[in-house]
Amino acid sequence: MTDAFFNEMFQSGRVRPPYAQLEGWTERMPASLRSLKQAEAEALFRRIGITFAVYGEGGDPDRLIPFDMFPRVFAHDEWRKLERGIKQRARALNAFLVDVYGRGEIVRAGRIPSRLVYLNEAYEKAAAGFVPPRGVYSHVVGIDLVRTGPDEFFVLEDNCRTPSGVSYMLENREIMMRMFPDLFRGNRIEPVDRYPQALRRTLASVAPQKCDRDPTIVILTPGHFNSAYYEHSFLADLMGVELVEGQDLFVEGEFVWMRTTRGPKRVDVIYRRLDDAFIDPLCFRPDSLLGVPGLMDVYRSGGVSIASAPGAGVADDKAIYCYVPEMIRFYLGEEPILKNVPTWQCANPDDLGHVLDNIADLVVKEVHGSGGYGMLVGPKSTKAQIAAFADKLRANPGNYIAQPTLALSTCPSFVDEGIAPRHVDLRPYCLVGERVELVPGGLTRVALTEGSLVVNSSQGGGVKDTWVLAE
Amino acid sequence: MILTVNHVSRYRYDLPVRSVVQSHRLTPSRHEGQRSLDWQVRVSDGLSGGAYRDGAGDWVQAYSVPGPVSEISVEVVGRVEVTDMSGVLRGHRETIAPEAYLRATNATRADVALADLAASAGQGTDPLNRAHSLSAAVADAIAYRPGATHAHTTAAEALELGEGVCQDHAHALIAVARVAGMAARYVSGYLFSDAAGDPHEAAHAWAEVYVTGLGWVGFDPANRCCPDDRYIRLGSGFDARDAAPIRGIARGAGNESLDVTVAIGAAQQ
Repeated sequence: MTDAFFNEMFQSGRVRPPYAQLEGWTERMPASLRSLKQAEAEALFRRIGITFAVYGEGGDPDRLIPFDMFPRVFAHDEWRKLERGIKQRARALNAFLVDVYGRGEIVRAGRIPSRLVYLNEAYEKAAAGFVPPRGVYSHVVGIDLVRTGPDEFFVLEDNCRTPSGVSYMLENREIMMRMFPDLFRGNRIEPVDRYPQALRRTLASVAPQKCDRDPTIVILTPGHFNSAYYEHSFLADLMGVELVEGQDLFVEGEFVWMRTTRGPKRVDVIYRRLDDAFIDPLCFRPDSLLGVPGLMDVYRSGGVSIASAPGAGVADDKAIYCYVPEMIRFYLGEEPILKNVPTWQCANPDDLGHVLDNIADLVVKEVHGSGGYGMLVGPKSTKAQIAAFADKLRANPGNYIAQPTLALSTCPSFVDEGIAPRHVDLRPYCLVGERVELVPGGLTRVALTEGSLVVNSSQGGGVKDTWVLAE
Repeated sequence: MILTVNHVSRYRYDLPVRSVVQSHRLTPSRHEGQRSLDWQVRVSDGLSGGAYRDGAGDWVQAYSVPGPVSEISVEVVGRVEVTDMSGVLRGHRETIAPEAYLRATNATRADVALADLAASAGQGTDPLNRAHSLSAAVADAIAYRPGATHAHTTAAEALELGEGVCQDHAHALIAVARVAGMAARYVSGYLFSDAAGDPHEAAHAWAEVYVTGLGWVGFDPANRCCPDDRYIRLGSGFDARDAAPIRGIARGAGNESLDVTVAIGAAQQ
């Protein structure tokens, strides 16, 4: 099995250069110390309270996601290429959003089918005809990547709304530095701890038209019952901004105000961590108690900025995903640096035929699904499971896409038997404001079950610290 | 023709509320068929909020009323010069692609009966004739009867009942047009007098259907006609809720009651 997958540390019995400093690290670590460290890591995570499920996967919000102490490492050059590809994609996605809420040139040019855009559930009519400050809709773009070879990376999906998990990137590093200070002395690893300030700067750079001062930024959370609440309060803390719920804000006159002990304070930029449907009951779901009535009118008239901007979700669904390379060519006039996974759209009869003929070798996903639920991994399924799934697929083909099973790279990981290769993916967080910025690192998820290709924490996945080596 | 408008909405709360936020689409659309001569909206104790033209070309004006408050009046007074354009919305600037109006909402979702109604009318004719046939079919299928339906009645329910008001006609026409593959939307506005020449004493609503080559064309099944110089167009949306001239939310426990008077007159030229 090891030969079928790209092992990021070992190739033909040799250690790849980025991992050179880690060679022998685990051998030098006695088993007793290892279990001690593992217990220490768990205690640290518990103490800081980072127990949420990533990516809205649901499940027990108090469950701890397993932390794997073996770091995942990128060489400086590998990262520079990834960085260019990620920034390119983030630019194109934002250009697409400005376009489809404006003249829709890409649709007029016949490069993307109009129904995929205008009949998309995430297309918000209320956002049309408005260009947000600096032409940015998605201020934090989370791009999920997998690796299949030394130079082969594929984008699995884009997250343009409110991608979560960045607190893991920060905490994983913090905990590794605390537990293994020697590793950080011996390796020149790019820091990630400037992310909160970079996010703050990004948000300040998109202050609304009517803001003529140092902007007041807040994080709007649905509340403590939300699975990512820890991350919301963690980021607010590190950025030095208020964490608010809908009831803490109100609209009066041309602005949004925050209730404070010293009276109302005007708010200029809202980093919201709740979905469009809930942000303003006057405009969207009238039964929402989480939002701020009248917010959209203030936003549209330049009194407040909202990050991500309402309507940003139309750029990141799985059907639109197929057209991101086209967006890059159309808006930037460049060739995509990062590849898409070849994708069959089951809505298309030819594609559906191909998918049904080859279903045992494919991964079939729901267009709007997430968290590794509602999907079929052909090679890992029984005949009965495949037959049942094929029936669902025939009943509602438009709801599914299919992709080949990718040979995800592996990285050494701590398992019960010692160290063994386990499959990994990567989510970096690209910031888009006045500048497009990428903190060198991201969240590496690891499928801790032997042979598993599903890294979602709801399916037995864990997380790792992600290193980018300095030049 | 010049039409005068006097439209007063009075909101009363049995217990004072802490604050009220409103979003208005109460300004006549800009298109070749109509021109505002003067137009004023007054909100009692209201602070005017942000104002902007939205993607559908409607002028949106926000208001907030700080509380405690137990009564709010919204008074619209104005004069509009109107021209008969046979329902065609010409010279109206908007951003939203017509395809965006092919989506169904709860109020405009087609059931089997609506699909059958769509299939029964004007099949095989050109899009403009098809739209006329669909509008006539809706008028035949749903008799005008005030009080038979309520604000949340859906197109499917109104058709089953066979009775309704202009809102129900508009919802039903949107549903059948979409079944026929045509984008359609809800329009809110005012009507000077109905087909019989009797003065119309409430706000009015109709539908617009997108006809390739011609653009958006208004149809008023309730009056079996296309909007002419008796109509003033305010704004549009997917359905009645989306196109409401006044949307509002009050913070507080008070129950709201609403009293509306509309008077549309023809001014001497």
